[in-house]
Amino acid sequence: MRWPHVFAQEGDVALSRGSWLRSAAEPYASLAESELADRLVSRAHPIPSAAPSQALPSHAVQAGAALLEVDQVSIDYVTEERVLRATHQVSLQVHAAERFVLLGASGCGKSTLLKAMAGFVPVSEGAIRLAGKRVEGPGPDRVMVFQEFDQLPPWKTVRQNVMFPLLASRRCSKAEARERADLYLDKVGLSRFADVHPHQLSGGMKQRVAIARALAMHPQVLLMDEPFAALDALTRRRMQEELLALWDELRFTLVFVTHSIEEALVVGSRVAILSPHPGRLRAEINAHAFGLASGGSAEFEAAHQRIHRLLFDEDRAGGPSTETASASPQPAPAQALRRVA
Amino acid sequence: MASTPVSAWPGAAKAQAPVRPEAEYALPDVPQQLTVRRLPLARRLLQHPALRKAIILVVLAIIWELAARWQDNDLLLPTFSQTAATLLRDLANGELLGKAAVSLGILIQGYLLGVAGALLLTVLAVSSQWGRDVLTTLTSMFNPLPAIALLPLALLWLGLGQASLLAVLVHSVLWPLALATYAGFQSVPETLRMAGRNYGLRGARYVLQILVPAALPSILSGLKIGWAFAWRTLIAAELVFGASSGKGGLGWYIFQSRNELYTDQVFAGLALVIIIGLLVETLGFHQLERVTVKRWGVQR
Repeated sequence: MRWPHVFAQEGDVALSRGSWLRSAAEPYASLAESELADRLVSRAHPIPSAAPSQALPSHAVQAGAALLEVDQVSIDYVTEERVLRATHQVSLQVHAAERFVLLGASGCGKSTLLKAMAGFVPVSEGAIRLAGKRVEGPGPDRVMVFQEFDQLPPWKTVRQNVMFPLLASRRCSKAEARERADLYLDKVGLSRFADVHPHQLSGGMKQRVAIARALAMHPQVLLMDEPFAALDALTRRRMQEELLALWDELRFTLVFVTHSIEEALVVGSRVAILSPHPGRLRAEINAHAFGLASGGSAEFEAAHQRIHRLLFDEDRAGGPSTETASASPQPAPAQALRRVA
Repeated sequence: MASTPVSAWPGAAKAQAPVRPEAEYALPDVPQQLTVRRLPLARRLLQHPALRKAIILVVLAIIWELAARWQDNDLLLPTFSQTAATLLRDLANGELLGKAAVSLGILIQGYLLGVAGALLLTVLAVSSQWGRDVLTTLTSMFNPLPAIALLPLALLWLGLGQASLLAVLVHSVLWPLALATYAGFQSVPETLRMAGRNYGLRGARYVLQILVPAALPSILSGLKIGWAFAWRTLIAAELVFGASSGKGGLGWYIFQSRNELYTDQVFAGLALVIIIGLLVETLGFHQLERVTVKRWGVQR
């Protein structure tokens, strides 16, 4: 079953059913090899954050205009004494059926940017537009999944929790809401727990309920603010698998915030790297070639290294001398060490 | 080594555990009766708080009986058996029940008015900054003021009838409940609030569907405190100032019995006050807690 307003992107051969079980070499069949080499190895010039439209590779705009557009957005925090700039003139385009990741260290404004997309935080400069219409406040077309477990009202059972946004936003009748809730609970594998209260569930199960609740709304964009950060590593891995499987089936549009480079490459199809203090767009990387089975492959490690460098070498503009380090493959022990989830 | 300092880690330096061969084990079958077992009957019975409280009450009654027999002065301290006999007698002939009904009737009216007022005040406080300041200022002014001290003023303004009693009852319920409800609203987690706004809830629907259930533990404790204050204030008002609206409640019964030196009747009246308090707590608030906050896991 597919999202009603979404079309499949032809370039995503890598994410067809079961693809993340295949080896990492196959997914590049969809990209021109020269383009790949250009993207991963020798970036001749850095991406200026003030002119992002030049940096977008041509094949990404083939599907049409962006669904969610962040246009030169700056966000200010107003405290009692000062006004702090959280993000500065960030421009992004999120297309339909894209898994867009915002990646950065703490203080880079990625969560603030996500909250601005959701409408909880006003923008000071620029605009955020969803399908052309400006985002003014929170609304049920952009549903957010939070990091904390207390996003689920404890006074409702699991089924009532999934029905809650549908009834609160008056989108469905009670019977229809119940049907949708049962469907999405089945998709996340929690049908048996439909009449249980959230305090009786484990952390991973609570996050699955939150995801089912968000998906049941059929939102235009699904926003996730580090949803797996509070889970243990094994559960996190399972949840990443399940999220990718759900995306594969439903093809929703996802904006995902994370601080983990590996999670960004595995979960995302496009990664925006933000630099902190204040948050500015550093780079945009394509990650649709990577999946859960990519960890350890040379290209994955190269991309990992490159993002690491982009995140932490802010003063360097990405000159040619730094590219040779990422071009050579990593020695085996370092690779084995980094495979820890 | 004689020169090792006391704070040094005890044990051999660079100690190493021996490297043992690896092993994989077949998982032993655990018989079903060990995985989930029932508690023995005595322990299961004692899990019920009602039974434990009944045992405590019986122990207290025995202590009372023994103390009264030792005192041997009916005027000062009647025995438990005498009090119980008087209580049953006056319950049987309907006198005490009638008076208790009168008291409870006024109490429920005043309590509900107080609850409505507290909800109104709190909604005002949540919706604007001035509202919040109004609530905190009024509460800090009037909360420490004992309701019974306001009764002469209320009698002067509102006459000798029910209105003055209701005014005093509303005062005793309103401020602690408004304070507790407001504190509850303030402690609703930010994530839950954002989730509510995300789904398009605003205004009254937001307060009723998100804030009130999330703040229910604080609201319930405010309701319990308000109830206790109201009950106390009512009995004291009837005791100190006589009949309420000419019909006489439980406090009036206690007052009259004291005047006529029927100490056992005084004790019977007090015992009924206590019993009503216990019943409201067990059948009312405890049950409410059981189906709400305890079932949701937000209160132990």
